[in-house]
Amino acid sequence: MNEQSPVMELSLHIALMSLMAVGGGVVLLGPQVGHYVVEGKQWLNNEQFSAAYAIAQAAPGPNLLFISLVGWLIAGWMGAVFTTLAVLVPSTLLTLTAIRLQARHAGGRLTQALGDAFAPISIGFLAATAWLFTRISNVSWHADALTVLAALVLLRTKINPVLLIAAGALAGALGLI
Amino acid sequence: MPLSTIFLVFSRLALMGFGGVMPFAYRALVEQHKWLTAEEFAKYLATSQMLPGPTICNVALMVGNRYAGTSGALAALAGMIAGPFMVVIALGVVYQRFGEIDMFRHAIRGMAAVAAGLILATAVKMARSMFAKADWRANRPRLQVALLALAFIGLGLLQWQLALVFCVLAPLGTAATYLVGEEK
Repeated sequence: MNEQSPVMELSLHIALMSLMAVGGGVVLLGPQVGHYVVEGKQWLNNEQFSAAYAIAQAAPGPNLLFISLVGWLIAGWMGAVFTTLAVLVPSTLLTLTAIRLQARHAGGRLTQALGDAFAPISIGFLAATAWLFTRISNVSWHADALTVLAALVLLRTKINPVLLIAAGALAGALGLI
Repeated sequence: MPLSTIFLVFSRLALMGFGGVMPFAYRALVEQHKWLTAEEFAKYLATSQMLPGPTICNVALMVGNRYAGTSGALAALAGMIAGPFMVVIALGVVYQRFGEIDMFRHAIRGMAAVAAGLILATAVKMARSMFAKADWRANRPRLQVALLALAFIGLGLLQWQLALVFCVLAPLGTAATYLVGEEK
């Protein structure tokens, strides 16, 4: 029973929050979930939460998996599975509904205008996310230089990005960053 | 398209997606498999950001839906989540054992720096393809450059809440592109 109640509480909280995170996906949820589990409920300490976020950022897959890791650190497999479903189920239902609605209205001048406006906005957001990401995780100008270098290499060659990530890990482990 | 193909393509791109799946999704869906054009990818991305929840998972749902309906959408989402979920939990176990070691922490730092570069490169690629055939005497591409710049300034430099920037730019931008649309 004791194991179960934080899982349900956390999952419900995340499910509600996930519906408010319009416009940016789960990146918006980071600070809010952290505030809730560290200061509000004291299920994790600050360092554990930060590590969960950093590991999920560095790991493959969608960034939302930091929530799975938070759930796992709090309550093991149950925690991981339920928090993951909590963040996925509400938005999946909404998106599937939106797809149905959009299909009916596709092709109009308004749909065209939406696409024309939203595409550049999303590219601007993506560039801003890269910028914010460097502000959060890059601790030295070496790291900033590595970020720019990685972007340039990727734009000019067809190298597999996983190799660049591995090179970054090596540079970090050697103490260059 | 068979559901297993959709599941496997998304599993593969998700498992390669260190530090964020977006660049890998672009690579796999646009460059490798050609399931979407670069412009369609940008539009799917933009629509996903209108909806709550994880952006890249919403993109997966839309792509899966386009090629195999609702079950395709769920296959794409399952592929996106299942493998990386196991990897992240395994890394959590490793972290609990070795998290104190400096070399481990520094390696994660280097990976994060490169990951930010991947996001940046994706943004540049998408912008290049969007403006590749732009006629700069027309109002539409100029308007789009302004929207791109405002989105970057609001979210990145001023660090306003994403929801706020979005709620201002999306309706204004749509109204403006709607009016400009008459010119064609």
